[in-house]
Amino acid sequence: MAKKFELNEMEVWDGNYAASQALRQAQVDVVAAYPITPSTPIVEGYGAFQANGYVDGEFVMVESEHAAMSGCVGAAAAGGRVATATSSQGFALMTEVLYQASGMRLPIVLTVVNRALASPLNVRGDHSDMYLGRDSGWIYLDAFNPQEAYDLTLCAFRIGEDLSVRLPVMVHQDGFTTSHKAQNVRPLQDEVAYKFVGDYVPVDDMLDFSRPVTHGAQTEEDWHYEHKAKQHKALMDSRERIDAVFADFKELTGREYKRVEAYMMEDAEVAMVALGSTVETARLAAKQLREEEGLKVGVISPRVFRPFPFDLIRDAIDMSSNLKAVVCMDRSSPGGAMGALFNEISASAYGTKNRPIITNYIYGLGGRDFSIDEAKRIMREQKAHADAGYITTEIQQFSGVRGPKLGFFKTRRN
Amino acid sequence: MSRGVLGTDKRGTLELGAEKKVGWDEVPQGVVLHSFEGEIGNTAHIRPEEREYSQFNSYIASVASWRVIKPVYNRDICIDCQNCWVWCPDTSIISRDKQMLGIDYDHCKGCGVCVEVCPTNPKSLLMFTEATENDEALAGWPEKKKKAKKK
Repeated sequence: MAKKFELNEMEVWDGNYAASQALRQAQVDVVAAYPITPSTPIVEGYGAFQANGYVDGEFVMVESEHAAMSGCVGAAAAGGRVATATSSQGFALMTEVLYQASGMRLPIVLTVVNRALASPLNVRGDHSDMYLGRDSGWIYLDAFNPQEAYDLTLCAFRIGEDLSVRLPVMVHQDGFTTSHKAQNVRPLQDEVAYKFVGDYVPVDDMLDFSRPVTHGAQTEEDWHYEHKAKQHKALMDSRERIDAVFADFKELTGREYKRVEAYMMEDAEVAMVALGSTVETARLAAKQLREEEGLKVGVISPRVFRPFPFDLIRDAIDMSSNLKAVVCMDRSSPGGAMGALFNEISASAYGTKNRPIITNYIYGLGGRDFSIDEAKRIMREQKAHADAGYITTEIQQFSGVRGPKLGFFKTRRN
Repeated sequence: MSRGVLGTDKRGTLELGAEKKVGWDEVPQGVVLHSFEGEIGNTAHIRPEEREYSQFNSYIASVASWRVIKPVYNRDICIDCQNCWVWCPDTSIISRDKQMLGIDYDHCKGCGVCVEVCPTNPKSLLMFTEATENDEALAGWPEKKKKAKKK
């Protein structure tokens, strides 16, 4: 029996420690992990809790992230509650196995501390790793600060292990900005947190010897498609269960999460769409612009990036009858395309009443700072597009990069 | 052929690809394949032909259509040493009470390991092309090899 961990009503935790406390409170059975900056302290924390008797679980040290996720797949198929953490290159190495985990419908929880992908090698935060796995069939929750990293990790177990969902879940937080900056966090007491997460209910577990089962079978053209269709349906249908878990969490803690967080969108004329810790920067900028310049700015943030909240993004865009311009902030080198957030938000917005002008900014690569002033400048620029009735700049621009102004594509006029 | 060996055995009765094709709403979650219909206890003590294998267990399916050479078994020479049964990587040597009964041609892939490990002289198992009839193979079985005399 695991020892109880004494917790104050208010603790000062960084995002990593918050996530590791959530893994402890969920009493994860197996953590198979390989360390990588900046996510290392999550599994290091779990390892310390385990060694000191605060969790009844197994810590498996492996030789790579590919092996880490493979170990998680094996332990989850065997019938245990399983979690791990990674970042960047480690995430890239895990990618093959991420698809195995989701196709096998194993509710593993992966806490991802977002970091740039090499080359050039970089340990700082951006969303390259987050974007890399976006088609892997995992549920994506995005935490904007340490409190949310804690809350959403607890929710991740409930969501993924729901018998009608049975899918792996990632909880993303920004490298360093969230993972290494201590803030006030209100934790739940151990028994309250565990009661919220609940006992793990195994499904088709390999340790049930009365019903031997094969996991990871091969299928070809006569079966593969049906399995992928069923998997996609489960991911799309998980929206309802995510909403239900968030509702239960609100009842327990008073803290409310929505699949799309709409900030001051009720009367917004322009809006910024962002993920991760940038959301808080954008909200501050929007608030200041409203107070200082009377500019009606709102912020839209997909809290759940997968399944993509196509429905709620449309609702957020049509929330104000006056929304004219939206800027999508992509913190990942787009590799010869428009940013992923731009593409997906644009697709959702196409079917709205407002049909706002939509532009794209690439920003903050490799941990480059994104300031409130820069957010305000970009918001003012959207107001200029709105007043002109067309995009007055290139459609895709780069924010905060040294050298001549960089941008691509212009609105076709006449 | 093995069906004859064990009477009511369901081994290899379903051609690969002949299983019922169901839609996305009916396929099992997570692509899991249950080995048996319902629950089973103490599997190791139940003979394969007496187990309720599910239709997706390869035991039921015939999975050797692409074999090009096959082992043929000669009962007249075999000493029931069980070497082939031990070494076969596809459990395709059928043996009961330590007596060799024959080859499961629905699962044998034609690797030839059984022939390699057979200790008799001449061998009790030899490889032939898939098209060769077993009777024809047995009719032309080689004679016992004599030791070469030392000069």
